[in-house]
Amino acid sequence: MFRWIVARDLTLAWRRRADVLSTLFFFVIVVSLFPLGIGPEMQLLRSIAPGVVWVAALLASMLSLNRVFANDYQDGTLEQMLLTPQPLYLVVLGKVFAQWLVAEVPLVLIAPLLGVQFDLAPNALIILFVSLLMGTPVLSLIGSIGAALTLGLRGGGVLIALLILPLYIPVLIFGAGAVDASIIGASPQANVYLLGAVLVISLVFAPWATSAALRISLE
Amino acid sequence: MQGFRFRCLESKTKIQRPKTKARLYVIDMAGKKINWYKYASPAAFYPLAGKMIPWFAIPAALLFVVGLYIGFFVAPTDFQQGEAYRIIFIHVPAAWMGMFLYILLAFYAGIGWAFNARLSSMMASSLSITGAMFTFLSLVTGSLWGKPTWGTWWVWDARMTSTLILLFLYVGFISLQAAIDDPRRADRAGAVLALVGVINVPIIYFSVEWWNTLHQGATIRILNKPTMARPMLAAMLIMLAACWLYSIAVVLVRLRCIILEREQNTAGIAEAAV
Repeated sequence: MFRWIVARDLTLAWRRRADVLSTLFFFVIVVSLFPLGIGPEMQLLRSIAPGVVWVAALLASMLSLNRVFANDYQDGTLEQMLLTPQPLYLVVLGKVFAQWLVAEVPLVLIAPLLGVQFDLAPNALIILFVSLLMGTPVLSLIGSIGAALTLGLRGGGVLIALLILPLYIPVLIFGAGAVDASIIGASPQANVYLLGAVLVISLVFAPWATSAALRISLE
Repeated sequence: MQGFRFRCLESKTKIQRPKTKARLYVIDMAGKKINWYKYASPAAFYPLAGKMIPWFAIPAALLFVVGLYIGFFVAPTDFQQGEAYRIIFIHVPAAWMGMFLYILLAFYAGIGWAFNARLSSMMASSLSITGAMFTFLSLVTGSLWGKPTWGTWWVWDARMTSTLILLFLYVGFISLQAAIDDPRRADRAGAVLALVGVINVPIIYFSVEWWNTLHQGATIRILNKPTMARPMLAAMLIMLAACWLYSIAVVLVRLRCIILEREQNTAGIAEAAV
């Protein structure tokens, strides 16, 4: 079931490649806007780089979250998925995993390149990559709760940001904190471990909350 | 899911009390039995709430007057902060209320969702506005206090930041409920969000705390004094009690409005509203 959902969502995403690319370019453009707004001083840019990349990743993940359930909801597929005897937890986990692969992994891959623009040292780039790799699944998992709750509501896009962005704060703090620590020469271990803990917790609880939210929205 | 839960509930009551019906009786002064579950119905609760409101509103007003009097005229001037510290008599109770009311909100929303109790869910929505108001009040009074004391309106102090995030959580809850037209769906969706939020509150709190120590080193601590003068403590506790009573009264008034709005077509509400 899990594999089937993932394969199906990936196929669907492949047929709409433009959506994936637009999220990616949104991320790149937002990150590139900061030097233009703040000025080209390398020292300053280096110190704000982790925060800028992370905040841009948060915003970019908001963009793609709307689509996790929306299309399936509109054509009725989601209702059929809810009726299957398979646990809804697996369905949700599959859809979230596919969303992560499609929308977040490209951001993670391009982030070190953006880090170079901000003159980050190689080991900070590695930490940036690792922290995004661990943090973005949490964004997809928590975000799916918001996506399920706002299913079919007017103004869903803005509403989901209001609901979910405050819940993203720990991920932002630990993720950007890890990169920050490696820039100033401290050990990023503590923050990376905490990020891992948040990942494990949300992996267990978030799909469950999302399933509950889906049941409510489709009643 | 719903059916399963209901069955669990039934079987549990059967095991506990095999013969009597699951009802909570309390004998009142006249020796009559009152069935408290009756008041879980909005139509039955409406008149009761109406009777309860003055019992909370009037003591709240009195305690506000007494608390403010002690706060302004009896409590001594602080030798470090001067007269400006007196704002804590509203600031500290407001901050506490903001936090407690969020937990209470999540509790009521959860009960309303799990047991399908409309009144609890209505309670949660009426709590949300008061809670957001107190959280906002504590931020405003905090920054008013910060200007003369710290010399700045805003510091990214751990407590202030987490209070700000708490306000965001309230705003999320209120706007989600406002966006959904069907009240029952609004109740349940709000419950999921409130419960997720409540699990997140400690994580957010500690992450902000650690973030703060990482970035700033030692920060200024609010009220780092070992003891408070007795009139100060008394004024603060009285104000806290006043805020509690005020919240209960206002929440009940709002609850009555929500009941009227939603249960217009229910039997009993029309007579009760008169």
